[in-house]
Amino acid sequence: MREGRDAREERRRRWIDRWAHRVIFLLSLTAIVTIVLIFIFIFREALPILTDPEIQREASLRHFFHPMEGPDLASRYMWQPVALVPKYSLIPLILGTLKTTLVALGIAAPLAVAAALYTSEFAPSRIRELIKPAIELLAGIPSVVLGFFALIVLATWMHRLFGFETRLNAITAGTALALALIPIIYTVSEDALNAVPQSLREASLALGATRWQTATRVVLPAALPGVFASLVLGFGRAVGETMIVLMASGNAAITSWRFTDSVRTLAATIAAELGEVVFGSPHYHVLFFIGALLFVVTFAVNSAGVYIIHRVQRRLRGEV
Amino acid sequence: MVKFDTIRETTREPARAPDLQTTSLPVKVQVERFSFYYGAVRVLHEITLSFPRNQVTALIGPSGCGKTTLLRAINRMNDLIPDTRAEGRILLDGENIYDPQVDVVRLRRRVGMVFQRSNPFPKTIFENVAYGLRVNGLVRNRRELQERVEESLRQAALWDEVKDRLHESALALSGGQQQRLCIARALAVRPEVLLLDEPASALDPIATEKIEELIAELKRHYTIIIVTHNMQQAARVSDYTAFLWMGHLVEFNQTEKLFTVPREKLTEDYLTGRFG
Repeated sequence: MREGRDAREERRRRWIDRWAHRVIFLLSLTAIVTIVLIFIFIFREALPILTDPEIQREASLRHFFHPMEGPDLASRYMWQPVALVPKYSLIPLILGTLKTTLVALGIAAPLAVAAALYTSEFAPSRIRELIKPAIELLAGIPSVVLGFFALIVLATWMHRLFGFETRLNAITAGTALALALIPIIYTVSEDALNAVPQSLREASLALGATRWQTATRVVLPAALPGVFASLVLGFGRAVGETMIVLMASGNAAITSWRFTDSVRTLAATIAAELGEVVFGSPHYHVLFFIGALLFVVTFAVNSAGVYIIHRVQRRLRGEV
Repeated sequence: MVKFDTIRETTREPARAPDLQTTSLPVKVQVERFSFYYGAVRVLHEITLSFPRNQVTALIGPSGCGKTTLLRAINRMNDLIPDTRAEGRILLDGENIYDPQVDVVRLRRRVGMVFQRSNPFPKTIFENVAYGLRVNGLVRNRRELQERVEESLRQAALWDEVKDRLHESALALSGGQQQRLCIARALAVRPEVLLLDEPASALDPIATEKIEELIAELKRHYTIIIVTHNMQQAARVSDYTAFLWMGHLVEFNQTEKLFTVPREKLTEDYLTGRFG
């Protein structure tokens, strides 16, 4: 009798276990399926650019990257999707994205890595406990607020300070963008620096190295994979960030090498134009093509980052 | 204070520093009424002790007796631990290393240290040894650097094993080799005193034997202070032994005497394995 009840109980438990397993699997599958479906949707909407001859007459890879007739750089590569004769050169948008990203990373990377090095290696614990949450709080500011601040306050300051020709330009947008990158780069770098074993610091100091030498020659190199990962994440955010650049860049798709010209980024273009585009038009498909391009670029950079991190880590562990 | 009374009862007579005059050895490191605190907890109680020059002195005692704290006090490694405090003096060649004017960086160059767990830098074998020379600006050119690295690796009896792969990662070495690399790294800056914190505790018997042979070899040039809780090891490698118990120095004597005819009952109990 007792054995029978135990067996039934056992069976019931196994049944619950199996179904719990299935339900959880299904739930996690939903997340993956959703992401995959989004990708499929974006790439499907971008595909006519490569396949549909009707669309290709107006917008094709040739239009995107090939120069037109024109007296100067700006007129050879133009983004004018709603002109009488639409022009779909992606060059000004790519250049604009690169310029803001470069400025943003150029400001945020040294600041954030130096701040991380300071809090992990030099700051007394009281100061660290002040700085760390303050920088992490910066990540919590909505990017529309950062954009607004850049548009109203930062742009005016920088305009007065540097005397730019145009108030909103790649430098202003990049500086505002840097505010969004700093917490990302800082947090990941700081974690990487803190993960360096204390025994390495002790070994260095015991040899008569100063704290500065210990920080720059032992701790930082040992944390390099993590610091590099933080920069890759920062790059991904800079390329994908939309609201800040939409508000602070001037949004003029000008092809030029000057950082003081207004710029328009890939992400901002999608945000600004997709709401008013004619469904199914070449312009519509071009915007999806840009989305696919952004996805491919960030995916490629992240993958390359992960690959390099693995290689550096293996080298540090001595497995090469 | 309760603790201190306990020790008095068990040891019959008060602990005292030995008379080094009888050995006629010059003193390299002199510890004078040295106490150390972690926060409010006193972990070393007025230790007075002389480490003779060019001799190996072992610090033994049960876990938590303060032997590692005392060792790390000699190159002021304890400074890195927040909320700690030292009282008393430690003299290196007659100069108090706890004097506010002392340059800790320079002190640590003179007093090298090898840690319990080998901790090579994630760099090449060569760079590990070269590190101390580089940060202290001790070499003028590449050739001199290479010579000093080779010399240090030879001193640590590691040269023959690694000479063909100096530019490979140090982390690819075995545990025993890594520990000898750490010794080579410490020797490269030519310290006067070498502190060894249980240098063989994580190693197999063969690697341990190599390290012990090395210690015997090194004492010709260095004053060596070694922490160990392996009593056989202390007996094998050291000339002098100090027995610490609950932050007090119980007995200090020539290793041979301390192990054969301990003066204190507590020492005898520890050596015969009655506790610890």
